[in-house]
Amino acid sequence: MSESAYPIAIFFAAIFTNNILLSNYLGMCSFLSVSRELKTSLGLGIAVIFVMTSTSMLNWVVYYKILEPLGIEYLRFIVFIIVIAAFVQLVEMIIERVSEVLYAALGIFLPLITVNCAILGVSLFMVIRDYTFVESITFGLGSGIGWFLAIMAMAGIRQKLKRARIPHGLEGAGITLIITGMMALAFMGFSGMLQIG
Amino acid sequence: MAARGKIKKTFTDPIGKNNPVFAQVLGICSTLAVTNKLENTVIMSLGVIFTTTLSGVTISALRKLIPGRVRMMAETLIIASFVIIVDITLRAYMPDVWQQLGPYVGLIITNCIIMGRAEAFAMNNSPGLSLIDGLSSGIGYTYVLIVIAFFRELMGTGELWGITILGDWWTNWAIMVMPPGAFFMLAIFVWVVKGVIIKEEEAAK
Repeated sequence: MSESAYPIAIFFAAIFTNNILLSNYLGMCSFLSVSRELKTSLGLGIAVIFVMTSTSMLNWVVYYKILEPLGIEYLRFIVFIIVIAAFVQLVEMIIERVSEVLYAALGIFLPLITVNCAILGVSLFMVIRDYTFVESITFGLGSGIGWFLAIMAMAGIRQKLKRARIPHGLEGAGITLIITGMMALAFMGFSGMLQIG
Repeated sequence: MAARGKIKKTFTDPIGKNNPVFAQVLGICSTLAVTNKLENTVIMSLGVIFTTTLSGVTISALRKLIPGRVRMMAETLIIASFVIIVDITLRAYMPDVWQQLGPYVGLIITNCIIMGRAEAFAMNNSPGLSLIDGLSSGIGYTYVLIVIAFFRELMGTGELWGITILGDWWTNWAIMVMPPGAFFMLAIFVWVVKGVIIKEEEAAK
């Protein structure tokens, strides 16, 4: 594969074959609790796409331009989480000033995102896999879209599930996990298509 | 005697009925990923226990000094510091395992259980009690993962801790070591435990 096509491959792989939720298990907590409602899933999903793309970009710059030259890579956990938290806080403040409508739609989800493991996970994967700047952006965007896709699909299924009869012990988390497993199985069908490290 | 009762309750609650994994299905994000091998699971779990215990004590000791508004940030930073210790220790002494665990060690930071215990318990209790609470939350979490890892490795590869247990007659269930297997195993575990709890409650009535 040519060098310039690689970011595009990473983008699609992050959505389908290496879905951050279904093959890396990240972002499960908010996935399980929020997917009850279609509307809130939509809001959170969009917020995740936005934050994931921006923070992977920011963290790339911070890691390769500040931490690596100084030789303090081991501090990356703390630094990444501060960058993410600060970014989320900033976006929240800007949105509050600029658009009432947008704030009403996304505002409540932003604090939730700081502790979403998928956001930190994307930054850590980016470092481990030695992505370039452009690759990091496409990876962040692709992972965000992948997560969005998974939570929307799950919310849609759970709407129908309300009318289904589920064994007592499986109600709530149990059945959601089983459906997630089935979704993961379905997404495994894509795995022959693309592979990234 | 009341104090001793409280200590005992603090210890047994997170292990038994209020186990964070199956009561609230929290904190499975980072650790479900490592349950395809028993060895990795045990090492990862030790890291989690270490972090929950020590971050609980530290946060509890500092709870009067931390201003309310930056509470979450301060908690996260304390947790992150302990995770860094786990990360560098693993890297130094077990580079192979460290390589396999990849980003998941760092993701202990965003494990909801640790954060949840810090918020709900360590902020309101003494360091001693927080130590017990952190320890037992960690243990409660660990044994669920070990059970899952046990079945996943055994059925997926016929091995345990890298040693062949099941002979040639066993056909490996490749699905068990892949992501769907983890989701199904956890669902089954939750189902069994909830089933037992529901039965007990009905019997109590």
